[in-house]
Amino acid sequence: MGLDIRLPIGLMFTILGLLLFGFGILGDKAIYQQALGINVNLWWGAVMLAFGLAMLWFGRRGTRKVKTDPDRE
Amino acid sequence: MKLTIIDWTIMLVYFMFVLGVGFALQRYMKTSKDFFLSGRSLPAWITGLAFISANLGAQEVIGMGASGAKYGIATSHFYWIGAIPAMVFVGVFMMPFYYGSRARSVPEYLKLRFDEKTRGFNAISFATMTVFSSGISLYAMGLLMGVLLGWNFTFAIMVAAVIVLIYIFLGGLTSAIYNEVLQFFLIVFGFAPLVLLGLKDAGGWSGLVTRLNGVATAQGYQAGAWSSSWQFMSAPSHNPMGVEWFGLLMGLGFVLSFGYWCTDFLVVQRAMAADSMSAARRTPLIAAIPKMVFPVLVILPGMIAIALTYQAGSSGFVLPKKLDGTFNYDLAIPMMLGHYFPTGILGVGLTALMASFMSGMAGNVTAFNTVWTYDIYQSYLRPGASDQHYLWMGRMATIFGIAISVAAAYVATRFNNIMDMLQLVFAFVNAPLFATFLLGMFWKRATGHGAFVGLLSGTAAAALHHGLTLPHGAMAGIKGGWFGAMHIYPSEMAQNFWTAIFAWTTCFVVTAVVSLLTKPRAESELAGLVYSLTARPKEDHLPWYKRPAVLGAIVLAVALVLNIVFW
Repeated sequence: MGLDIRLPIGLMFTILGLLLFGFGILGDKAIYQQALGINVNLWWGAVMLAFGLAMLWFGRRGTRKVKTDPDRE
Repeated sequence: MKLTIIDWTIMLVYFMFVLGVGFALQRYMKTSKDFFLSGRSLPAWITGLAFISANLGAQEVIGMGASGAKYGIATSHFYWIGAIPAMVFVGVFMMPFYYGSRARSVPEYLKLRFDEKTRGFNAISFATMTVFSSGISLYAMGLLMGVLLGWNFTFAIMVAAVIVLIYIFLGGLTSAIYNEVLQFFLIVFGFAPLVLLGLKDAGGWSGLVTRLNGVATAQGYQAGAWSSSWQFMSAPSHNPMGVEWFGLLMGLGFVLSFGYWCTDFLVVQRAMAADSMSAARRTPLIAAIPKMVFPVLVILPGMIAIALTYQAGSSGFVLPKKLDGTFNYDLAIPMMLGHYFPTGILGVGLTALMASFMSGMAGNVTAFNTVWTYDIYQSYLRPGASDQHYLWMGRMATIFGIAISVAAAYVATRFNNIMDMLQLVFAFVNAPLFATFLLGMFWKRATGHGAFVGLLSGTAAAALHHGLTLPHGAMAGIKGGWFGAMHIYPSEMAQNFWTAIFAWTTCFVVTAVVSLLTKPRAESELAGLVYSLTARPKEDHLPWYKRPAVLGAIVLAVALVLNIVFW
């Protein structure tokens, strides 16, 4: 129906991933003591970013296919 | 738990996206079919993810975490014996009737198959149930946000209620479903790092099992009672759930799970929105795949929490206690979030928690507005109006459905017992339902009078059984025994399972007997509604991985392997 949901999901995860990743690089490192010394923001931000980009890529590919396929609405 | 600007930003980004989806879909809502059924136009992977996400409300997340701590890995029976077989059954065997009959709701199927009174009974009880369930979950969320973040109760429930209201009002079922897919991924990404960190703290799986052995022996069970799902099911006294394998298999695995997954419109509605018969049938089967691994996300954190409480890890996590000195199991997951997540990822974790509240609530609200509009308003109050009028009514129902939920949440803050009572009554009404559907779909002789009388007697049997029994150590009252305690069950769970078994059996027998005594409907009227009078859906043209039967067999095989591995 009109909107390919992969695009908003991809965009949201890309934004959230970038936010976390950036904060993991730039922010105070002392806060990671409670996370067993792991910079979770950096790592998990990277995972979310990768997922977001993958969704965007699938979504864009899917949208193009629909547009060039005359059998579908 | 202290939030900083980055956590608030993350939460705000999420709110903007869920609302954005609603606004983007607004212009596609032209007919009532678009609003209530997504124009039957969605692909199976979307409806499949929405199918589990709508069920993955906060009670599920918080409750399963709590049960993981309280009962250990045996909680996974709710998935591997409960949900999975039922989801395969509804996809392979029942969906052809729901989707094929073109019924717009589950109560409407009952009307087509049986008669008006059976539909009316189901529609009214279901509509009442959904608004109150969403009220109960709003209440739970308001309390939780107060405990965790010091949020004001009104602020917490208003944020959730207003956002859900706006996106459903604008984009109807499609908006709810699309957001459920988004929420599904957010919940997965929000809880997965918690499990990874907790597991690391507990010394990996083997470290966790060692610690859980300590938990089991400290509570007077054999080592392993928290880490094996079947080994201790031979007798109720051997496992912390207090159930034995027969009650578990029949009560949970058969009656309760099939009753929920196969007849509850909240989930079935997602499949009805699919773009074809085969997509509708694949919906619960695709849903079953992530559902099988969900115990890792929702039960495992609870197990980790209790393990670390009994034998501290390096970070010193302990489960908080209530005033009476018992563990506050419901806080297992929320407290772990606060313990392991520094600001940043904490925002993601809390947003995931919010997302689970919203997905569950949206599921209830969309099911409510559809049943209200089609099965109550159009059927009894104002038949024959224009489609635009019903579309308008759906939007109004969204508003007053949510308003009633909010009111119910406030009532719950003052009279908590009322909500417990309501949930009990709903359990009585739900318990026998699956017998009605089973007979309706697979026995052409079943009649409307039979179904109606069967449902009523099943509900009465549930109430009677509850009134005559008590769980061990409980006082007569809300826990049962108001007619006197004829039998004492070892645990509340055992009592619930057996209440369901009694209700189902009564409904099955009474429906069959009354059906045989009443006049059957002509076979020509039942084509497409009953198994023996319906052509099998053709699926020869589909590749093997899209065939419901093949997918169903794979899902069942994997569930079997999981049961054996964690025996």
